[in-house]
Amino acid sequence: MAVTGAVMVSFLVLHMLGNLKIFFGRDSFNEYAHWLRTLLEPFAPYRTVLTILEIGLVVAVVLHMWAAISLSRRAGKARPVKYVARKSQANGYATHIMRWGGVTIVLFVIWHLLDLTFGVVNPEGFNSAPADRMISGFDPSRWWVTLIYFVAVVMVGMHLRHGIWSAFQTLGWANRDRNKALRATAGLVSIVLVIGFLLPPLAITFGVVK
Amino acid sequence: MNLTLRVWRQKDQSDKGRMVTYKVEDVSPDMSFLEMLDVLNERLILEGDDPIAFDHDCREGICGMCGMVINGVAHGEQRATTTCQLHMRHFEDGAEITIEPWRAAPFPVVKDLVVDRSAFDRIIQAGGFVSVPAGSAPDAHSVPVRKEDADAAFDAATCIGCGACVAACPNGSASLFTAAKITHLSLLPQGQPERLSRAKAMVDQMDAEGFGGCTNTGECTAVCPKGIPLDAIAQMNSDYLKANAK
Repeated sequence: MAVTGAVMVSFLVLHMLGNLKIFFGRDSFNEYAHWLRTLLEPFAPYRTVLTILEIGLVVAVVLHMWAAISLSRRAGKARPVKYVARKSQANGYATHIMRWGGVTIVLFVIWHLLDLTFGVVNPEGFNSAPADRMISGFDPSRWWVTLIYFVAVVMVGMHLRHGIWSAFQTLGWANRDRNKALRATAGLVSIVLVIGFLLPPLAITFGVVK
Repeated sequence: MNLTLRVWRQKDQSDKGRMVTYKVEDVSPDMSFLEMLDVLNERLILEGDDPIAFDHDCREGICGMCGMVINGVAHGEQRATTTCQLHMRHFEDGAEITIEPWRAAPFPVVKDLVVDRSAFDRIIQAGGFVSVPAGSAPDAHSVPVRKEDADAAFDAATCIGCGACVAACPNGSASLFTAAKITHLSLLPQGQPERLSRAKAMVDQMDAEGFGGCTNTGECTAVCPKGIPLDAIAQMNSDYLKANAK
């Protein structure tokens, strides 16, 4: 879970930085999208690097889900008789919603791909410039789309707050001297990602970016 | 104090078991939780009923024998306290208290609230020891130990093996117990020669017993009567990863 999670967090950081290009204008955003597809050209054919990265990402997602499902199944087998009364003592809403949070994120990613990648549920359709899809997608009239993104991104943030710290723990980096710093790092990365991902849709819906 | 208890009753391993309600009257707030159960058991014996079976030994919070899930919390809501050291003054008069055994497949119920924790013994047997020539006790300070390491090792060594960590873990994982046993040896000079093989053997045994995997929820450390920190699990993971990389 830790290693595949780290792959996905690195992807999210790059994805967030790419999204922020919308603040430099439609052309800047479109050029970035084009650059991603022409990386290492002419050495590698069009879209080679991007396709390799996409495959790597999909493998990470699948392995992450596989690990989560096997952990869940092991947990179920380890406690065949459930408690009549059960009261959590560890505080942390983020920790308790990891599994359902993961399912929510999967559903959101499906919607997100249909919207901004394939344009199926986007007013601009597939044959349009990426920046146009983004700006029309979060148009003030489609405020409910922005709301879905808002909820989903906050959910991703909570998933990361526990997930990143948990990865440090799984990889054996945590100890009593470093704990505070590691928890702070997990919190900071999560907050930066949430803010970075929410800025473009909110700016578009509230008319700052047109 | 007058209390209503809902207690798990199960004749033996083959019995399905069920919750049974008992009224207990005139409980003194100064009684320990186990003494309160003793009072109920004396009455049950006089009435010709089978007394409620529960594990206990020292009743001083150091042996690790007692333990039950009280109102959904292993050892009850009082932090860093074993069931025997939990006193009735922490409950309200007229309260309804639910009492269940530790729930985990590797801890089968023997009877009522007694579970078989032999799985822990097998984890210790797999590597929870140091192979040193037994002889007369060495001189103090003949092997220097950093103060920080001594403190951390001692914190881990306070584990009494009660099993509350497994009972509280939503995954039924024994990671905190195994990690405590690994950490208290792996931080000391005497534990170094077998450090990695010990971690591997003990973690593999833990998995073979059918405990769940750790997802770092922290429920274990919250109920641990000795307050073993979650860092121990990171130490275990670190040793285990190194052992597998070798």
